[in-house]
Amino acid sequence: MTLTLDRRDFLKVTAVAGGGLLIGTWMAPRAASAAPGAVTFEPNVFIRITPDGVVTLISKNPEIGQGVKTSLPMLVAEELDVPWESVRVEQAMSDRARYGSQSAGGSTATPGHYDMMRQTGAAARHMLVAAAAATWGVPAAECTTGGGSVHHHASRRMLRYGELTARAATMPAPVLADVKLKDPKDFKIVGTRVPGVDNPAIVRGRPLFGIDVTVPGMHYAVYQKSPVFGGTVAQANLDQIRRLPGVTHAFVLEGGTSLAGLLGGVAIIARNWWAAQQARRQLQVTWNEGPTAAQSSEGFARRAAELATETPQRTLRDDGDCAAALAGAARVVSAEYHYPFLAHGTLEPMNCTASWADGKMEIWAPSQSPQSGTQLVARTLGIPEADITVHMTRVGGGFGRRLANDYMVEAAAITREAGVPVKLVWSREDDIRHDFYRPAGFHYLKGGVDSAGRLVAWQNHFISFGEGQQFAQSAGIAPTDFPGLFVPNFRLDVSVMPLGVPTGFLRAPGSNALAFVAQSFIDELAHAAGKDPLQFRLDLLADRGMMRDGERDVIDASRIRGVLEAVRDQSGWGRGSLPRGRGRGVAFHFSHRGYFAEVVEVEVSSDNALRVTEVWVAGDIGRQVVNLSNAENQVQGSVIDGLGEAFEQEITVTGGKVDQSNFHDFPLIRLTQSPPRIHVHFVRSDNTTTGLGEPALPPVVPALCNAIFAATGRRVRSLPLTKQGFTVG
Amino acid sequence: MPITLRVNGTSRTVDVPPDMPLLWVLRDELDLKGTKFGCGMAQCGACTVHLNGNPTRSCVLPVSAAAGAAITTIEGLSPDGSHPVQRAWEAVDVPQCGYCQAGQIMSAAALLQRTPKPTDAQIDEAMNGNLCRCATYLRIREAIHRAADTGAAR
Repeated sequence: MTLTLDRRDFLKVTAVAGGGLLIGTWMAPRAASAAPGAVTFEPNVFIRITPDGVVTLISKNPEIGQGVKTSLPMLVAEELDVPWESVRVEQAMSDRARYGSQSAGGSTATPGHYDMMRQTGAAARHMLVAAAAATWGVPAAECTTGGGSVHHHASRRMLRYGELTARAATMPAPVLADVKLKDPKDFKIVGTRVPGVDNPAIVRGRPLFGIDVTVPGMHYAVYQKSPVFGGTVAQANLDQIRRLPGVTHAFVLEGGTSLAGLLGGVAIIARNWWAAQQARRQLQVTWNEGPTAAQSSEGFARRAAELATETPQRTLRDDGDCAAALAGAARVVSAEYHYPFLAHGTLEPMNCTASWADGKMEIWAPSQSPQSGTQLVARTLGIPEADITVHMTRVGGGFGRRLANDYMVEAAAITREAGVPVKLVWSREDDIRHDFYRPAGFHYLKGGVDSAGRLVAWQNHFISFGEGQQFAQSAGIAPTDFPGLFVPNFRLDVSVMPLGVPTGFLRAPGSNALAFVAQSFIDELAHAAGKDPLQFRLDLLADRGMMRDGERDVIDASRIRGVLEAVRDQSGWGRGSLPRGRGRGVAFHFSHRGYFAEVVEVEVSSDNALRVTEVWVAGDIGRQVVNLSNAENQVQGSVIDGLGEAFEQEITVTGGKVDQSNFHDFPLIRLTQSPPRIHVHFVRSDNTTTGLGEPALPPVVPALCNAIFAATGRRVRSLPLTKQGFTVG
Repeated sequence: MPITLRVNGTSRTVDVPPDMPLLWVLRDELDLKGTKFGCGMAQCGACTVHLNGNPTRSCVLPVSAAAGAAITTIEGLSPDGSHPVQRAWEAVDVPQCGYCQAGQIMSAAALLQRTPKPTDAQIDEAMNGNLCRCATYLRIREAIHRAADTGAAR
């Protein structure tokens, strides 16, 4: 199964689970509390209005910094027609029966909830209007809403929502799909700049995150796993550890074989986390390292070079006749591209708090997919899902790392064994060495342009990781990935090698690497053709619209054109000349339903010191941007994040272990390395509103490398840049 | 060994090893969870507190070295979240995940205490030790200028 299929399947499952289950719960009018005069109006699981007029909206998905805890309630409040200032937002518990699917991944929250959240708000408004109309004995059609009240202008009467809760609770719930929604031109909240609902708590240092959870009687745990992935404990000096200051428990968990599940290791539990961590320094473990000990980054590179000379294991796409087209091309370019493994480095280290009592497991987890965590705990520990409760905390960064729930099953297993509530906190070293890494990859490319400068052939032998027909997680490529469908002679071959290092989703998975390759190599071909790189891309798109693979819509060329032209105009591309040492690069990418084109300007000194001076972004995520403030923040963050990946980040493996351990050798980008100016422009196309957590990231990496070429004439074909002789900030 | 600390204007006595980092004393012993753990080696700045007004990485500071000093954490920066830096952070809508922001705010507040109207270069120097994984850096810079304009000197 390819990466793209993985992602799409994930989207589909999410959508089905969300939609299907939610119909059941939302549509049943919820019972009103019985006491007269104190009735809470709770028309569905997302809205609660009390007689004092307080409107509480429930945020169903994990908040990982993508802003859903603000943006989804904004949609409800808009249609409910209440002032944003009167709204309180509560984080939901993890509860599939009540809320359907709850996860943060794939930039799916906005497209998956845009209509649904509006409908829930509109349905509640409909019932409040009906209640007021019945109270006054007037037709509902004569009533309007505004400011959290229902108005009957003809008789100059008004009732606040809080005064209507009892009667509204008795009104029939409308069919959601039939509820009339606002004309977007009447939006008062959606499309404005709304600060994050947790900002006041964040700036005051209130406990919000998983790592801040306190449970009565709680102890603190560290968990030492094998540095070689998949290794198990042969022997450990537990007796010595148990005698160390503050230590209350030390034991071995055997664990299983799944790298995404509970792996074997040693748990040390103490009165505070530092005591547990100090005790770990005295820990001596003999590991059964297993077969991954034979793997290394050097070995992967050697094997990739061998595979590149062999017949490809599979051909994913073969349009036209690439060999003939290359033989007949006016110019042929060959290039080898490489990108490294990457860790996520969320600033809040992995952690989880768990309490086991009377056969019930209670968990507080900063997870992107708490429901999968429940299933993992249930499956691993043999506890019925009904006996597992998961509280969703605010998450100190996701980036895809917390789609895995390894820390959750570890905390659950440790608390059950120890018999005391436990907060497990990973050290940064645990985090860097036990991630689910963005996989490295190797591409062996040939491209050809004809005498008119048109792209006529594109051939890629992609060397990745996996077994047989299966790619390792996030290590795949799709036969329709750009420029598939656009080039008459196009061939995509793949070969894979086995990998014992766990891989996973990193913000814009697949795309964050593949866009670097495709958008850099197309730049090479543009230069070979003697064309302006931006115009060369536009020429390739020509006047095409939706590109289909068989019956399936793949990518809309007109939307790519829209963002490319926007970023061209916005950046003044091709107009004027730049000082010596400066250059501009362009790239575009479509992922997670969003179309982004970006121009990066760099300055490169004679000794290869690199500085990004300015970035222009044009994005098309449909006809509506829900929260403009967060939208710009996400895009600017994505741009800087991508630059950081390209600058200095690399995870290497030696003897089956990760060589890096903390931010000194896996550096996150800093303030002074960030461009001082990032211009963000949204192209409003008449398409469904989609998400922003990811799609702005992929183009920035190739746009940067293309800018370096423009500034220096040096083509970057391997990342990170610091390994290519550049220094950054 | 009992150690007496002055945290946010209050005297607190803890019985911990003298080499225990101040960060873990604050978080696990004094239940002040606003100061964050990020790296444990003064690489990220999430654990920044003020020690006699100076921004200090509490993850590498032995608690014994903090005895007698005035320690200010994010919880004590202002009684009600009204410090100009806190207000600017809200107005500019800086946070994404928010995890690093307590450390950012403490570094920014210390900067403005010393340099009420910092230039971009002064901001860079003061803030470069604070990592933001969500990369809200442009808004951090903007919020510091805003706080400076609204009068951060206290």
